[in-house]
Amino acid sequence: MTPDALLGGFTDAPRQSARAFRAALEAMARPGTLWPIEGAAPPAPLSVAAGVLILTLCDGTTPLYLGASCDQPVVRDWVTFHTGAPLVAVHEAQFALGTWADLMPVDRFAIGLPDYPDRAATLIVEMPALANQGPRLTGPGIATVAHLSLPETAAFCANRALFPQGFDTYLTCGGQVAGLPRSTIVEAV
Amino acid sequence: MTDQTAYNFAYLDEQTKRMIRRAILKGVAIPGYQVPFASREMPMPYGWGTGGVQVTSACLVPEDRLKVIDQGADDTTNAVSIRRFFQRTAGIEVTEATADATVIQTRHRIPETPLTEGQILVYQVPIPEPLRFLEPRETETRKMHELEDYGLMHVKLYEDISRHGQIATAYDYPVKVEGRYVMDPSPIPKFDNPKLGGNAAIQLFGAGREQRIYALPPYTQAISLDFDDYPFTASKADHACDLCGAPDSYLDEVITDDQGSRMFVCSDTDFCGSRRAAGHIGPMGTPSAGG
Repeated sequence: MTPDALLGGFTDAPRQSARAFRAALEAMARPGTLWPIEGAAPPAPLSVAAGVLILTLCDGTTPLYLGASCDQPVVRDWVTFHTGAPLVAVHEAQFALGTWADLMPVDRFAIGLPDYPDRAATLIVEMPALANQGPRLTGPGIATVAHLSLPETAAFCANRALFPQGFDTYLTCGGQVAGLPRSTIVEAV
Repeated sequence: MTDQTAYNFAYLDEQTKRMIRRAILKGVAIPGYQVPFASREMPMPYGWGTGGVQVTSACLVPEDRLKVIDQGADDTTNAVSIRRFFQRTAGIEVTEATADATVIQTRHRIPETPLTEGQILVYQVPIPEPLRFLEPRETETRKMHELEDYGLMHVKLYEDISRHGQIATAYDYPVKVEGRYVMDPSPIPKFDNPKLGGNAAIQLFGAGREQRIYALPPYTQAISLDFDDYPFTASKADHACDLCGAPDSYLDEVITDDQGSRMFVCSDTDFCGSRRAAGHIGPMGTPSAGG
C-alpha cells in the first residue's frame, strides 16, 4: 500500500460528510448550479470534489469503477482504505469515477430496471473546467432554464430518452460539484 | 458524557446515513418514484415519523435550524419530541418560524408561509404507495408504476363522483409528477396540494415502516389528478381564523365546550401567531395574544 493512501480522509466524518452530502443533494436537486464541496484531500489526479463525493457516498456495499486515468495504485489504495468500496468492471458498477474520455461510451453503465429504475449507476466525471455556459438544461429542479458546461450533449439526450431509467451524473472540478440527474432535458445551443 | 458526544452526529451511524443518502439522491433523480431503503428501527414507534426522522438525520448539517410540525402545530407532542431528539443528538438550533428554518420536518401539512430556496421540507409518510388501498399486492403496484397503468386510480376518483357527486378525497390526494409517476403526497389536506408543484424548496418523503423514500426536486410539476368536467379544487373550511382573522389559511375546527360551541383556528401555529403578533385579530382573538 502506498503511504499516501492513509492520508487525506475526513477528520470529522459525521459533520464533514453531512456538509458534503448537503452540497451533493443541492447539486442533484438543482441541475446546472455549482456547489463548493470540501473536507478531504484525495491523491492526484482526483479532484477534491470527486474525492469528497466518494467518501460521502461510497462504502463496502457500493461497487466502484475507476476510469483509466484514475486507475492508479495510489487511487485504488486510497479508495479502498477510506471507503472499502469494491473496485469492479464497468457493468457491475454502482458508482464510476473518471474523465469523460475514461467513461465513454457511457451506455455501458447500469440504467436500472423498468420496475426498479433506482438501481442505476452514478457517474462522477472529472472536468477540466465547470461553468454556467453551454448546453441548455430544463426539467425538474430548474425554475426556467439553466446552462452547464457538459462534456457533450448527445449522450445526455440519449440518457434522458430512457427516463425513468438512466444513469445520474456528477461533474467535478477542483472543489466544485454540479449535478445532472437523468430527468434533465439537455439541448445543444 | 454529554448528550452530543454520547451519540453519533444526528443519531444514525455513518453507514446507515450513506445508505439513506444514496436513496435520497436516486429519489431526487427520479421525481415521484419510491426508492426502497433499509429503514432502521428508531427510538420511537412506527407512525411517529420514523421515516421522516431518518431522512432528516441524513440531511442535517451542524449549521441547520430545524422546525418540526405536526398537523401544522409546533407545540404538539410528536413535534416537540422530534425537535428535542435532534437538539440532543445533533446539537442543532431549532426554531418555530417557517422563514428561519433550513430544514422542516412535517407531519401532514405544508406551512402557509411560502418556502424558499435553501430550505428542505421532510414529510413523514405512513403509506407511500398511492395505489395500495386499490391493489394490496406490492408486485402488482410495482408493475402498475412500471407500465404507467394508473387507470385504477381514475376509476376510484370516478366512483367518488358517482357516489358523492364530487371527488370526496379530502387528504392524501394523489398527484402526477412530471407526467410520469403517480405519487402519494402523504396525508396533507388537498388544500396543500397546489404547493407541492413548483415549490422552491427540496421536498423529501420518508416512510419508515414501509421502507420507502421519494422526492420532489424544486420547481417540479405535480398535478393533482382530476377530470375535465370535475376539476381539482383546493378546499378548506368556509370560514376565517377566529384568532387571527386569516381568510385564506387551512383551518382546524375546535370544539370549545359540550354545548356544541366551536371555533375555527389556523392549523399552522407559526402563521397564526405571527399574524396576531403583527396586530391581526379574529372574532375570538385577544389583542395581547402575540406570538
